[in-house]
Amino acid sequence: MAYSFPEEVLEHVFWFLSSDKDRNAVSLVCKSWYEIERWCRRRVFIGNCYSVTPEIVIRRFPEVRELEMKGKPHFADFNLVPEGWGACVYPWVTAMSAAYPFLEEIKLKRMVVTDESLELISKSFRNFKVLVLSSCEGFTTDGLASIAANCRNLRELDLRESEVEDLSGHWLSHFPDNCTSLVSLNMSCLGSEVSFSALERLVSRSPNLRTLRLNRAVPLEKLPNLLRRAPQLVELGTGAYSAEIRSDIFSNLAEAFSVCKQLKGLSGFWDVVPAYLPAMYSVCSGITSLNLSYATIQSPDLVKLVSQCRNLQCLWVLDYIEDSGLEALAASCKDLQELRVFPSDPFGAEPNVSLTERGLVSVSEGCPKLQSVLYFCRQMSNAALIAIARNRPNMVRFRLCILEPRAPDYLTLEPLDTGFGAIVENCKELRRLSMSGLLTDRVFKYIGTHAKKLEMLSIAFAGDSDLGLHHVLSGCESLRKLEIRDCPFGDKALLANAAKLETMRSLWMSSCSVSFGACKLLGQKMPRLNVEVIDERGPPDSRPESCPVERLYVYRTVAGRRVDMPGFVWTMDEDSTLSASESGNKPNVWGLRALMPSILHLAELIVAINILMNKEAKLLFSLFHV
Amino acid sequence: MEGCHQFLDLIPKEKGFVAESEEKTRNEEKKLELRLGPPAVPNTATTAQKRTAPAPVVGWPPIRSFRKNLACGSSSKSASESTDVVPEKVSREKPIENCPKNLFVKINMDGIPIGRKVDLKAYDSYDKLSYAVDELFRGLLAAQNDDGGIKDNEDGSKVVKGILDGNGEYTLVYEDNEGDRMLVGDVPWHMFVSTVKRLRVLKSSELPTLSRGSKHGKALT
Repeated sequence: MAYSFPEEVLEHVFWFLSSDKDRNAVSLVCKSWYEIERWCRRRVFIGNCYSVTPEIVIRRFPEVRELEMKGKPHFADFNLVPEGWGACVYPWVTAMSAAYPFLEEIKLKRMVVTDESLELISKSFRNFKVLVLSSCEGFTTDGLASIAANCRNLRELDLRESEVEDLSGHWLSHFPDNCTSLVSLNMSCLGSEVSFSALERLVSRSPNLRTLRLNRAVPLEKLPNLLRRAPQLVELGTGAYSAEIRSDIFSNLAEAFSVCKQLKGLSGFWDVVPAYLPAMYSVCSGITSLNLSYATIQSPDLVKLVSQCRNLQCLWVLDYIEDSGLEALAASCKDLQELRVFPSDPFGAEPNVSLTERGLVSVSEGCPKLQSVLYFCRQMSNAALIAIARNRPNMVRFRLCILEPRAPDYLTLEPLDTGFGAIVENCKELRRLSMSGLLTDRVFKYIGTHAKKLEMLSIAFAGDSDLGLHHVLSGCESLRKLEIRDCPFGDKALLANAAKLETMRSLWMSSCSVSFGACKLLGQKMPRLNVEVIDERGPPDSRPESCPVERLYVYRTVAGRRVDMPGFVWTMDEDSTLSASESGNKPNVWGLRALMPSILHLAELIVAINILMNKEAKLLFSLFHV
Repeated sequence: MEGCHQFLDLIPKEKGFVAESEEKTRNEEKKLELRLGPPAVPNTATTAQKRTAPAPVVGWPPIRSFRKNLACGSSSKSASESTDVVPEKVSREKPIENCPKNLFVKINMDGIPIGRKVDLKAYDSYDKLSYAVDELFRGLLAAQNDDGGIKDNEDGSKVVKGILDGNGEYTLVYEDNEGDRMLVGDVPWHMFVSTVKRLRVLKSSELPTLSRGSKHGKALT
């Protein structure tokens, strides 16, 4: 080209690019495009807070308005990551308070957020609008008070599923009288009662309020007061859904619901008194999202409610719904896309409800748009999984949790390999998979062969040997996150697929058989990975090198080793020394020397050779006369 | 392989594999995994094997804490999950309590006409409850009878012993939310707290011989 567009034109064009992928592609075209793009990027998503430093982000993108970031690994949700591991947002907030005075949005997931961070946020960004803290912890209601008091233009305050130290409900009263900008408020995770009159006044002066998720402490009798002041609500989370059974309360409630013609989403429903459910029937035909996962009511009441919601797209419910309820769901809700069934009695030895694989099969048959499933149950069969796979080739997220680890197909007592194999083979768009039950290496072969679009895989109590892990790491081209617990996977597959780990966001392995020695090797050879050994038994070098580590967390990073590790986390470095018996090795022979004692089979040898591409590899090849 | 304990070299294929437990309370609960012989009450499962809940495994099934105890609160973290090493920057301990602060239940003891009330929220383990029961009834027993089941301390005060391990003359039972009378100690503490309605301390001689797991060295009272 003899000329190029003026920068302003390019910038204007780039302005229309909202996807990170597109923007990343654009910035690779040439230096000037890189420069123009970086100055106009407004939104940054950081999937792992330790993959980059605040300084690097700020240097590259000086005009960010929205930050979204995730911290702890997913298994932290189930208490597998010890407290104090990290993911504190404070260093980010301090850096951004200086660099991004016009920051508007912060969305965090699984991060530790302190009251100091919240106060700093509330005071540093004069145009701050959106705070979403998903599964975060570390702050109290005092921190919320700072946000309420100081963020003049606050639009969203969403605390979904965070753990908040609840000192009092007084924080809500800190919203100034002239704050009228609220669009979304989610305080469902809080315990304390807020001042109801303060809440009423806040709702009254927020004409743009679309989402209101109350906490359990807000009584049902008072809900109509809020609904009447916010008839434009699109999403409502009730408080406790129980009250003395009185007709005046009922009619008041029913009337209030009937005024809310825009309601699409409902949640809350703690302590449900079934007699009050009909009060909301008038809104059911418009409901697309229903979260009944706290509603401890029985199947008939659930069925009555759900069958009114003909346009339902997303249902979260307890297993009280039972197979019969799911059949009814399949018959009435043809638009259903997402189903989550949670266990009401996860630790009970005996089933307390009649919910089996049949319920899920019915829904897979009856709901053609079903693409996202999270299902807890006590029995499963290959036949059922094959049926589900055939019914729903459009499945995108499939997470199955059979409560008893290593439970086989209850009909044939065989492993569930063929069932899950059918899922990955038929569901070509599958992006997320969690498996359970009795599984051998064979299922991993199926996954490696077929699951080409799989991005996230969760494995527990499965597999027989390293071959299982090797199939996954070598076969799943789109894999970004792999989390494994209690599987007999060890060093070989990990080391043979070391390069793969740089193409992924992270790998988590706990209670597996990865040795400290292998972790060290991995850390030494792969400087762009942080190899974290998380072990509460004390320093790993106080035990033999062959001793497996409790937990291993590997993630790619341009930030180098982190500086905020607690005492039970060690990062394996390039400069880690090996133990005495192996000192003197040159770094470029590491792979082969390490692998040799454990290479027993030709298949493994070939795998190793394929990965290692240096002179020593070819030498070894010739030595073995292959 | 050198002689360190192989962490999970061979995962046992049979059911009921040994769980790794890190929290103290879970260790205590394992010791209290009491097995019942065929009980006198008719509406229970047929075999002892079937009746016991599976040994608790950390983080399994994979559900968030706030979904575990629907009787109580929306977001709470178990107290036993903190580690020893916590950097200063990370926030302080969070005794998140979204449940009501107290859970008072009646407790009656055989042979004593006046009952007491205990706040189960004040304890986090069966051991502590047992100790508290002892404290409650010690004085009353001393006033009433001088014999049987009550062992003297060195200072002459009486002690109620062995109510949880089946060795004492008294046994602790409870009434659950379905109205059934149950032996204390079978289920994890938090589950017990969510279903218990009242407690009773019965004379062991009035109960059928209950077989309990006795592999655990630590004395329960």
